[in-house]
Amino acid sequence: MKPVYVDNNATTRVAPEVLEEMLPYFTELYGNPSSMHSFGGNVARKIKEARERVAAMIGATPGEILFTSCGTESDSTAIRAALISNPDKKHIITSRVEHPAIKNLFENLAKNGYRATFVPVDSKGMLDLDYLYGHLDDDTAIVSIMWANNESGVIFPVEEIAQAVNAKGIVFHTDAVQAAGKVPVDMRKVKADMLSLSGHKIHAPKGIGALYIRKGTKFSPFLIGGHQESGRRGGTENVASIIGLGKASEMALSHLDEMGTRIKNLRDKLEDVLTKTVPNTMVNGEKDQRLPNTSSIGFEFVEGEAILLMMDEFGICASSGSACTSGSLEPSHVLRAMGVPFTAAHGSIRFSLSTYNTEEEIDFIIEKVPPIIKRLRELSPFWKNNSCK
Amino acid sequence: MWEYTAKVKDHFLNPRNVGVIDNPDGVGEVGSLACGDALKLYFKLDDNGKITDAKFQTFGCASAIASSSALTEMIKGLTLDEVAKITNEDIASYLGELPKEKMHCSVMGRDALEKAIAYYRGEKEKKIEGEIVCECFGVTDIEIRRAVTENNLSTIEDVTDYVKAGGGCGKCHEKIQEIIDSVHSKDKPAKKKIIKLTNIQKIKLIEETLEREIKPALKKDGGNIELIDVDGNRILVKMRGTCATCSKSQITLKHYVESKLRELVAPELVVEEVQQ
Repeated sequence: MKPVYVDNNATTRVAPEVLEEMLPYFTELYGNPSSMHSFGGNVARKIKEARERVAAMIGATPGEILFTSCGTESDSTAIRAALISNPDKKHIITSRVEHPAIKNLFENLAKNGYRATFVPVDSKGMLDLDYLYGHLDDDTAIVSIMWANNESGVIFPVEEIAQAVNAKGIVFHTDAVQAAGKVPVDMRKVKADMLSLSGHKIHAPKGIGALYIRKGTKFSPFLIGGHQESGRRGGTENVASIIGLGKASEMALSHLDEMGTRIKNLRDKLEDVLTKTVPNTMVNGEKDQRLPNTSSIGFEFVEGEAILLMMDEFGICASSGSACTSGSLEPSHVLRAMGVPFTAAHGSIRFSLSTYNTEEEIDFIIEKVPPIIKRLRELSPFWKNNSCK
Repeated sequence: MWEYTAKVKDHFLNPRNVGVIDNPDGVGEVGSLACGDALKLYFKLDDNGKITDAKFQTFGCASAIASSSALTEMIKGLTLDEVAKITNEDIASYLGELPKEKMHCSVMGRDALEKAIAYYRGEKEKKIEGEIVCECFGVTDIEIRRAVTENNLSTIEDVTDYVKAGGGCGKCHEKIQEIIDSVHSKDKPAKKKIIKLTNIQKIKLIEETLEREIKPALKKDGGNIELIDVDGNRILVKMRGTCATCSKSQITLKHYVESKLRELVAPELVVEEVQQ
């Protein structure tokens, strides 16, 4: 059974073009980019090209790109660098809906002497900007707000936030792991000091990420070691993956239009048809301020894991904000922060598309999902009492 | 992804005995939408007191549906006395096995069964016995004690897997640990060693405990506490931050600060707040 893969916010397939560029660097071109001989030097040249390609995707200069092992490392590096650069400041600000890479880091810092502020969102998943601005003070070392949310797809006004935070002389970091390569990201416009991105969300392999560090931003390395990455990250470069990220960035940039048109239309079709054909469904998040590929749909009175496993029988791969899928008992912190009612939070499914998805696949999902929800509702003791709306 | 046995998958994809029995002899309902799973179980008895029909409705994940389906199959043809002996372990083994984190689904089956039997026997809906420990999921100390005893659980995580307690905000972890400890200490009663502290040692230990345990917890809610003096066994403190204006600060002081200090420093300590 060929999978119908609509879980691209979790991870993506490696593009064949990306793999093709990577392969020689596993086999014949195995030189160390730090070496003095031209065999290694040729590898260094290819890394330089990758750095330029990543920079181009986000409107940065190559010198502002640091390669890391993943989005999480980029996040940790950015936050720790900001704290080390501001040793006297003990206040940190983020949102309540961040990815665990930021959320758990901030919770950890809060246990270790820092004062953490978590900015709430409204029922549409939009950030409470007044709350954020009202909490900026002289003690604030860093503000970290994601560019776009991984579950709802809601995009935050980072350009405005960056400006406001910058005006106070506070470091601003944004986790753009879900945004980079899906919507235009231009660091010439958005005055963030640091930005995290990840390869495997944009058809590069897992295990490669990047951190944008604006020129002039105070920095201190997270991994201390050799002089690689201009002394900003020790450790021999993950050469093939860096090259893969470079190619993937170039492709993502050229696919941005398609993302905003064809993929967005497919997403809208999926969402419109499912919410119309299945009663008691709702879309989580502000519809007009979202990533073009993401849709989080709450199916009331059914449970997400059960939906996922029934979809799995047809090869449909999506994910859920339900408690049962993660091993925790409460639905996702994002849906709870948005105040999504329990009737729908446990039954929320996230569909996330990529440029590889086709209309046939979307039609297949539209055909298969409604009977699944119907079947599970027939099992549910809550359904009959609530179906007569 | 969870590793479900073929039998769990089968009972999830092809659930047996779904539905409602009109005029049932027994009916039991547990769980809620907020909890993420719920089960309503019905049965009908024949003239010999054996279960002739059983049906269920379940809201929940695959293992909740499979556990419910399995339970209805297991109880058919049995008398109520036989049925009353079914444990959550029995339900799990009927399905091969359940992932550890999903054991609460089998507990839900057992609970619904007990309620259905009580319904038949005309036992009034039991009032919630014991004291609610986990407020997020409404789990009492008696339920936790039972799960710990019956399944020989040894960690808070185990308790969460079996009865959900502690899976929400986490405020009750300390109480759950106390219950686990008390169940296991029953097996081999051991007296806590009492070490006599000098005054200097005592004050140091109080300071350390405040810094390490108590202040971080209060700071989470924007509060703080300051040690003013130690007079024998009287610890004089001042509440700061949000604690200073919080109407519940006296409860925090006695139930949290004092009990923590008694536990970690000396059992005879008394915490008092000094007035300005």
